[in-house]
Amino acid sequence: MSTLHTVNKSPFERSSLDTCLSVVSNDSTVLLIEDGVAGALQNTTASSSITDAMGNGVKFAVLGEDLGARGLSADRVMDGISVVDYAGFVQLAADHDNVQSWL
Amino acid sequence: MKFAIQINEGPFTHQAADTAYQFTKAALENGHEIFRVFFYHDGVNNGTMYGVPPIDDRNVSAIWSELAEKYDLDLVVCVAAAQRRGIMDEDESKRHGKGAANIAPKFRISGLGQLIEAGIEADRLLVFGD
Repeated sequence: MSTLHTVNKSPFERSSLDTCLSVVSNDSTVLLIEDGVAGALQNTTASSSITDAMGNGVKFAVLGEDLGARGLSADRVMDGISVVDYAGFVQLAADHDNVQSWL
Repeated sequence: MKFAIQINEGPFTHQAADTAYQFTKAALENGHEIFRVFFYHDGVNNGTMYGVPPIDDRNVSAIWSELAEKYDLDLVVCVAAAQRRGIMDEDESKRHGKGAANIAPKFRISGLGQLIEAGIEADRLLVFGD
């Protein structure tokens, strides 16, 4: 059963991204929203765990509006993470069997 | 697809209330159905009409009311969470001997059963919180 996981905390503030990645299955997607978008940036301490999860088949997305609201350019996002808007968020929620919010 | 939305944070505590609104709006604009929006915990603070934020700030309860008017949304405020925080409709206000109601247009007060029903009836339940 595929799950859309939403993570809304920065990985430099809380451990919710790590906890999420420890249970995520390979048919699922992790969507980084709100302060969670910081995890999508290139060359950070969170990058290797995201790259490892990608290697296991987990897909990643980041909410573009929340990047912009924090002055972060989409150019700084890691390769393999797709930038989506709210309509894309809705589509991801519809495309997976359920949605898990990591709060 | 039928979505249900749960909001656990007020408009001035966390971005969750804004994210939930933007998600709901995008879902409706893309032809999906919102079965219900359930305001729980501090989320009930989105349902007061007495908030007067500065003119250049967004007014979250007003934009929910407008969205509900346009799409006939069911906006439900948890009764126990609302009583604690002073969110009242006419009946609750009378029952507790308070002067006036403050619930925003198109919001209604009800119980947790409404959240459970939303979880059962909707295809997806999304929780927005801190």
